[in-house]
Amino acid sequence: MTASSNSHFTQPLLKTPFHERARALSQVDSFIPWAGYTTVDVFTTVEQEYFAIRNATTLYDLTPMVKYRVAGRDAQSYLNRLVTRDIGKLKPGRVAYCVWCNDAGHLIDDGTVFRLGESEYRICTAQRQLDWLLDSSIGFEVEVSEITEQVAALALQGPTSCAVLRDAGLTGVDRLKVFEIGRFTLDSRAVTVSRTGFTGDLGYELWMEPQDAEAVWDALMAAGGPRGIRPIGSRALNVARIEAGFLSPNVDFVSADHTIRIGTDRSPLELGLGWIVDFNKGHFTGRRALLEEKRCGAKRRLVGLDIEGNKPAHNALLYRDITGKREIGSVSSAVWSPTCKRNVALAMVEAPYFEIGSYIWAEIYLSRELVWERRMSRAQVVERPFFAPERRRATPPGQF
Amino acid sequence: MSHAPSPSRYDCVVIGAGHNGLVCAALLARAGRSVLVLEAGTQVGGAAITREFCPGFKVSAGAHLLHLMPAELLRTLKLESHGLQWAAQRLPTTALISGAPALKLSDGAAADGLTSADAAALGAYQDRMQRFAAAIAPIFSRTPPRLGTDAWSDRLSLLRMGWQIRKLGRRDMRELLRIGGMNVHDLLEENFESAALKGALGFDAILGANFGPRSPGTVLTLLYRLAAESAAGSSGLSQPKGGMGALCDALAKAAGAAGAVIRTQSAVAGILVDSDRACGVLLESGERIGARQVISNADPKTTFLKLLGTAHLDAGFVRRVNHIRCRGLAAKIHLALNRPPPFTAVSEAALRGRLLSAPSLEHLEHAYNHSKYGEFSASPAMEITVPSINDATLAPAGRHVLSAIVQYAPYALKQGWGRGRQAFLDTSLDVLEALAPGLRGCIAAAEVLTPADLETQFRSSGGHWHHGDLAFDQILMVRPVPGAAQYRTPVEGLFLCGAGCHPGGGVMGIAGRNAAQQVLSEATTS
Repeated sequence: MTASSNSHFTQPLLKTPFHERARALSQVDSFIPWAGYTTVDVFTTVEQEYFAIRNATTLYDLTPMVKYRVAGRDAQSYLNRLVTRDIGKLKPGRVAYCVWCNDAGHLIDDGTVFRLGESEYRICTAQRQLDWLLDSSIGFEVEVSEITEQVAALALQGPTSCAVLRDAGLTGVDRLKVFEIGRFTLDSRAVTVSRTGFTGDLGYELWMEPQDAEAVWDALMAAGGPRGIRPIGSRALNVARIEAGFLSPNVDFVSADHTIRIGTDRSPLELGLGWIVDFNKGHFTGRRALLEEKRCGAKRRLVGLDIEGNKPAHNALLYRDITGKREIGSVSSAVWSPTCKRNVALAMVEAPYFEIGSYIWAEIYLSRELVWERRMSRAQVVERPFFAPERRRATPPGQF
Repeated sequence: MSHAPSPSRYDCVVIGAGHNGLVCAALLARAGRSVLVLEAGTQVGGAAITREFCPGFKVSAGAHLLHLMPAELLRTLKLESHGLQWAAQRLPTTALISGAPALKLSDGAAADGLTSADAAALGAYQDRMQRFAAAIAPIFSRTPPRLGTDAWSDRLSLLRMGWQIRKLGRRDMRELLRIGGMNVHDLLEENFESAALKGALGFDAILGANFGPRSPGTVLTLLYRLAAESAAGSSGLSQPKGGMGALCDALAKAAGAAGAVIRTQSAVAGILVDSDRACGVLLESGERIGARQVISNADPKTTFLKLLGTAHLDAGFVRRVNHIRCRGLAAKIHLALNRPPPFTAVSEAALRGRLLSAPSLEHLEHAYNHSKYGEFSASPAMEITVPSINDATLAPAGRHVLSAIVQYAPYALKQGWGRGRQAFLDTSLDVLEALAPGLRGCIAAAEVLTPADLETQFRSSGGHWHHGDLAFDQILMVRPVPGAAQYRTPVEGLFLCGAGCHPGGGVMGIAGRNAAQQVLSEATTS
């Protein structure tokens, strides 16, 4: 045993293949743990990084996303039994956003399913859950394995991202449609590109061998210089993802595998994800429970809120009226949207107050130099996403 | 409404003609359903069959004594008018000890060879255990309640179970709750001095179970067995004339008389599902048979994982089914004997009954230790019968059949049963030879059925004759698993009726009867 292998516990967080590059560019030394890796929270300032997402191009290290390889004769029927969406409709070279549930129809996690070949898929998700994926494979001829460490991943997001990729030499990348996968070479290194992301904007995710990671990073930074490329941390991304209306695990829902208290699990119908629950595709885990829930009607739903004022309603309790007597829900994600110029939030709201257009009230606590104030602000239930520019879907994308 | 049976469509198809499947089929047919029973083997009965294991010698291949089937069920199905006869009833139990006098355990005759303290303690112990058994017994005949529902029927059912225990009175209730989670070793140590007595009494707690006497929960398994006997209200240990197969032949006749059709050599390959509802079965021959309801007498793992297929089930449910503990530890040994077995120190009356070789609790625990590591016991414990003494149809005149349940013989033997079989037989014969010197010289033929054989021959996962251990986490409302503990399954129209359900194995028939009630109640509610 060498000294280093004995002392691994003194620095238990892993470093991603991009760590040295990120370390060099980090100005405020703000790192946070994410799924067992140390990752950047902020490189410079949240504002600077956020505006790069919406106005230029950003690089975000996605390596800690948990990745599972699913392959074998029954891979498609296995996934169809696992997730609520109809995987039968997912063509090779395409990606689908999916959720999967336990028997009670409560969400275990969400993620993206990549169809990389005829019977080869990849699941990308935020939390480790190999035990559930393996137990789900009982009776199916399928191999499930975790490949998180074998794939380095970068998100390249922002209106100039397509142009940056093209300038870096990825010819034809502009033909990729939303949720499409393409294979390219960048300086003779194989890079798989999917037109996916967590910003709700034009953007791509790049998947590569770990040993190619730094070279790809360098090439993109060089090609992106003239178009304002900037590495970003998780804080800026979080602002963008709330604007895009995307859910964050352990923020907007807690995995049913991790909850302890009764009544804190959430179903996809409650989370507003009924559009990816396909009751007609055959059986999937949770189907009978979800059918029953659908029959009884939803008790609560995750909705978007547009709140008066400019103070983000972090963790605010929600009420039926200004008296604050009848509590009807709470906010899980809140932000002042710099692009929309709106005070927005994602919130879980009880029936019948979750209908679009309803007015409810948010109890917001404000610290004025440590003197706390309580403010009741009127909030309207609105459609999500809050920000959805045309450029995110246009193919070929505009050359900004 | 029932309709006339056609060759390809029935109201109810029962998979497997074990005793529970036949009971279920008979009751469904009597209620007016068109019923088809499909049996993979060449004869009905499942593991409760009689068969010739060498020319002229017949034996009950699985269970060899009947004591758990409710008398009322025998009457309802008029089994005696369908040919069931008794070779013997109210058989005694006797513990054999090598080189010492045998110990009679049956009621009233228990004092032989015991100290006065043990003799006094035994009477009080047996009375107390009988009271506990009687308090538990009513749960056997009912469908267990579901947990976590708001339904009044479930709550009432739970309350009723509690009330049965409360009715025992404060002293007995406290004692039951005190001992309920204990191991049988500690309980017997509290009560008795004689090692032989403790061994014999403890044997019933571990017979057919994946436990040694010091395993937690063995008082429960003992009470469970006593309660099943109490629920049966039967006349003690009985031996059907013609072996256990004669019971199932009578059950088959009762089912047939009620209109059920029974087909043997018709192995089911899969359960057909349409729109999330069971709609029939596919035979291995490729034949498809439609049904409004499918009732499986197969064990839960076979039913869900093989016949239905996991694609029709939620992953968490499959996970639970996959974790059912059903690795058998009990083997059968059958000996064809040229003359009566030369057991020493055993009266002729005792020889007609049930003989135990369980010299002490320590002996049983040591025997169990081996099985934990994939080995068979160096000195196994046994339940022995010589059924041919009571029933001359089982062997040629003057000759005999010995049938023994031998523990522990782990399903997954480390050296493999191909290599281990002969060694296991030799080891078992050593135990028998010590109790009956000269027995080896009488043997004309011997047959060993390991749990692996029982799995293959009777199509039960793990070769476990209860279709799953009877233990705290596998009884009542969690047997076989939550979500299928009321004979219904997550797939509508599919039911379970075998030993894997409440109240478990042993030739009892209650699971089949309770299941039939559930099948009929679905028909009325839908």
